[in-house]
Amino acid sequence: MTAELGGFLLALSLVMAFVQGGLGLAAGWRRDEGLAAAAAGVAQSNAIVLLAAFAILVSLFLRTDYSVAVVAANSHVAKPLLYKIAGTWGNHEGSMLLWCLVSATFAALLASFPGGMGRTLWSRAVGVQGVVTGVAIAYTLFLSSPFARLDPAPLTGKDLNPLLQDPALAIHPPMLYLGYVGLSVPFSLAIAALVEGKIDSAWARALRPWTLVAWVTLTIGITIGSYWAYYELGWGGWWFWDPVENASFMPWLAAAALLHSAIVTERRGSLASWTILLAIMGFGLALLGTFLVRSGVLTSVHAFAVDPKRGYAILAMLAFFVGGGFALYAWRAPRLSEPSGFLLVSRESALVANNVGFAVATGTVLIGTLYPLMLEAVTGRLISVGPPFFNITFGPLMALLFIALPIAPFLAWRRGDMKEAWRWLQWSAYAAAGMAVVTLALLRGPFWSAVGIAVGVWVLVGALLYAWKRAGSFARIAALPLAFWAMTAAHAGAGVFTIGAAVEMSFRKEEAAQMLPGQSVDFVGRRITLADISTVEGPNYTAQRADFRVDGRALTAERRFYSVSGMPTTEVGILGDVTGDLYIALGAPAEGSVGPAAWTVRLYWNPLVHWIFAGAGLMALGGALGLVVLARRSRRRVVAAEEASPA
Amino acid sequence: MIRAAILALVLTAGAAAAQTPADEARARALDAEIRCVVCENEPISQSTASMAADMRALVRERIAAGDSDAEIRAFFADRYGDFVLLRPRVSAGTWALWGAPLALLVLAAFAAASLLRRKAEAGAGIGEDAAPVPEHDEDR
Repeated sequence: MTAELGGFLLALSLVMAFVQGGLGLAAGWRRDEGLAAAAAGVAQSNAIVLLAAFAILVSLFLRTDYSVAVVAANSHVAKPLLYKIAGTWGNHEGSMLLWCLVSATFAALLASFPGGMGRTLWSRAVGVQGVVTGVAIAYTLFLSSPFARLDPAPLTGKDLNPLLQDPALAIHPPMLYLGYVGLSVPFSLAIAALVEGKIDSAWARALRPWTLVAWVTLTIGITIGSYWAYYELGWGGWWFWDPVENASFMPWLAAAALLHSAIVTERRGSLASWTILLAIMGFGLALLGTFLVRSGVLTSVHAFAVDPKRGYAILAMLAFFVGGGFALYAWRAPRLSEPSGFLLVSRESALVANNVGFAVATGTVLIGTLYPLMLEAVTGRLISVGPPFFNITFGPLMALLFIALPIAPFLAWRRGDMKEAWRWLQWSAYAAAGMAVVTLALLRGPFWSAVGIAVGVWVLVGALLYAWKRAGSFARIAALPLAFWAMTAAHAGAGVFTIGAAVEMSFRKEEAAQMLPGQSVDFVGRRITLADISTVEGPNYTAQRADFRVDGRALTAERRFYSVSGMPTTEVGILGDVTGDLYIALGAPAEGSVGPAAWTVRLYWNPLVHWIFAGAGLMALGGALGLVVLARRSRRRVVAAEEASPA
Repeated sequence: MIRAAILALVLTAGAAAAQTPADEARARALDAEIRCVVCENEPISQSTASMAADMRALVRERIAAGDSDAEIRAFFADRYGDFVLLRPRVSAGTWALWGAPLALLVLAAFAAASLLRRKAEAGAGIGEDAAPVPEHDEDR
C-alpha cells in the first residue's frame, strides 16, 4: 500500500502547487494580504507533503520492495545501507521526485523568509515558484512516476551501477539538484519583478542570497563529482568536458555572472535588465542540463528518438519557462529605468567585464556541447567536440576574465583610480611574471602552462594584497569584516584552482608497468614494490587487492567485481601530499604469459592536484561566508524596520 | 631481491612505446585527442579496451612511418570517421563551431562598450570631489 500512498501524495502536491501558484499571483494582482498568506501557507504545507512522499520512496528502497519498478531496476537486497538510501536518487524517477521536493522546499523557504521584499513582489514570486514546482511534479507524476508497480514482482533486483556505489556519489546528485533547482528562485523573483514592472535595489538584495545558495551548492556538487571521477575512474583525470559535466558547469557559470551583476544592481541600480535576463537564462540552463542528462540525447540523437516522450516534455518545459520569460522580458524590460552613471574606470566597469567573460564562457560551453547534436540532426554527420576544443577556447577566455578579476576590488564605485590600483597590484604582476619565467626556464613547461600559472599567481596574490590594503597593516587583517573574507576566500580560491589546474595539466606523468609480486619499479624518484596480490570479499563484490610499498609506506589498489550487475570497477591507491598525488591503478593480468601472470599496473604522478579541489573548496567557503553575511544583514534590516515602525 | 625485470615500461600491455622520448610524447598528445571507438566518450589514452590499445599502437606506427600530427589525425578520420577526432577539424561543417567563441566575444565586447559609453555620459559629472560610495552599506 505504501507505494500507492506515495502516488496519492504526489498527486495531492500537484494540485497544491498550482493552487499556490494561482493564490500567489492573484495576491500580487489584487494586493490582497489574505491571499498572500494563504499562498505562503500552501507552499509550506506542500513541502511537507512532498517530504512525506520522498520518505515513502526511501522506505521502499530500504525495504527493497521489488514490486516497485524503480526499486527492482536500481537496487538489490545485498547492497549496503548507505547505497540503499542513495539509490533513491540514483535513478531517473527518484531523482525527479527529489527535484520536486527541492523545488517545493525552496518555495516554502521563500514563503517563510520574505526578507525586505515588497509584499506584492514576494507573493508573486511565491506564485511563480508554485508554477515551477507544479510543472515539475506533473512531469514526474505522468511521465516518470517512481511509485509505479511491477506485476508480477521480480524475485531479485538489478542493483545500482557499482561505479555509483561511493560515498561521494551519494552526496553529489542532491547537491547538484539543490543548485539546479536553487536557480528557480532567482527565476521566480525575475518573473515576479517583470510582472511588477519595478526593479530596485531591494529586489536585487532579495535575489542575492538565493543565487548564492544555488552557486555554493553547485560548486560543492561539481567539485565532489570531479573528485569522484578523479579517484574512481582510474586514470587520474578530474575534468573531461563531457556533456554531462558541461550540463552542470553552464548553470554554475551563469550563477557566477548573476552573483556579480546582482551586486551592481543592489548597490548602484545599474545592469538591472541584464540581471533579470541572467536570472532567466540561469534557470534555463539548469533545465537544459536536466534535459541533456535525462533525455538520452547525449548518447545520440537516435537514442533520444527511441523514447522521446520524456525528452519532449522537458524540452516543452524549457520552452515554456525560458520562452515565456524572454517574451515577458521583451515586453516589460524596456520600461525598467537605469538610473546611475559611472566612469570607464570604476568597480561597475570591472564587474561588466566580469559578466562579459562569464557570459561568453557560458556561450562557448553551450555551443561546444550542443554543436555535435545539432550537426547530426541537420546533416547526419557525426563529429566529436572534446577537451582540445574547450581547452583552446574556454582556457583563454577564463585567462582574460581572471586578469580583470583582482583589479575590480581596488576600484571604487562610480570612479576608480587605476594608478592607485597599480601601486598595489604591481607586486602581484611581478610575482606572476617571476613564476612564468621559472616555469619556462627552469621547469621547461609549455608556453600555455606558464600563462596559466602566471594568471593563477596574479589572482591569488592580488586577492591577498587587497586584504592588506583594506586592513592598513598586517596586524589588523584578522579584524576585517566577514563580508570581506567571503570575497577574498572565493577570489583566492580561483587563484589556487588555476595554479593547480595549470600545473597538473602540464606536468603530470604516467607510466604503465607489468609487475609480478615482489618486483619493483622506479617512478618519479620513488621505488614502488608490488608486495602481494590477494583476493578479498566485500559485502556485494569480490576484489583483487594489490599491496604496494612505496619507499616503506603501504598503498593498496583494487579491482572489484560486482556479482549482481557483473561490472568491474577500479579502486585506486593514492599517496598524496601538498605537492601532488602518487596514484596507482591495478589493471588486468597480462594475457598469454607462461607461469605466474604479470599484472598491468598504471602509475600516475599528479602534481598539485589537491590545489584544484582546495581552490574549488575555497570558492564554496567564500560563498558560504557570503550567505552568513547576507543573512545577518537581512536580520538587522528586519529589526531596524520593526524599531522604526510605530508600535 | 628481484631486480626489476619488468623495465619494459610500456603504456599498456602489448603496445610498444615509440622509439624516442620525443616521439612518445607526441604519441601521448595524439592519444589524448583520439576517441576510442568502442567506449563511451573516452580518448584512447584513458581507455583500457583492447581496441584502444590497437589504436595507440597504430598512432606509434604512423609516427615511426614519419607522418606529421595532421597526417595522423587525417589518417584516423579517414579510417574511422570524423567522430574519432576530439579536436574537430575545421571544415564546412565546423567553422561555425570554431568561430563561435570569438564571434561571441566580439559581440559581447561591443555591447559592453556601448553600455559603458552610455554610462560614462550619464556619469560625466562625477568629479574627483564626488562623495565616494561606501564599500559596504553596513559592514560587520
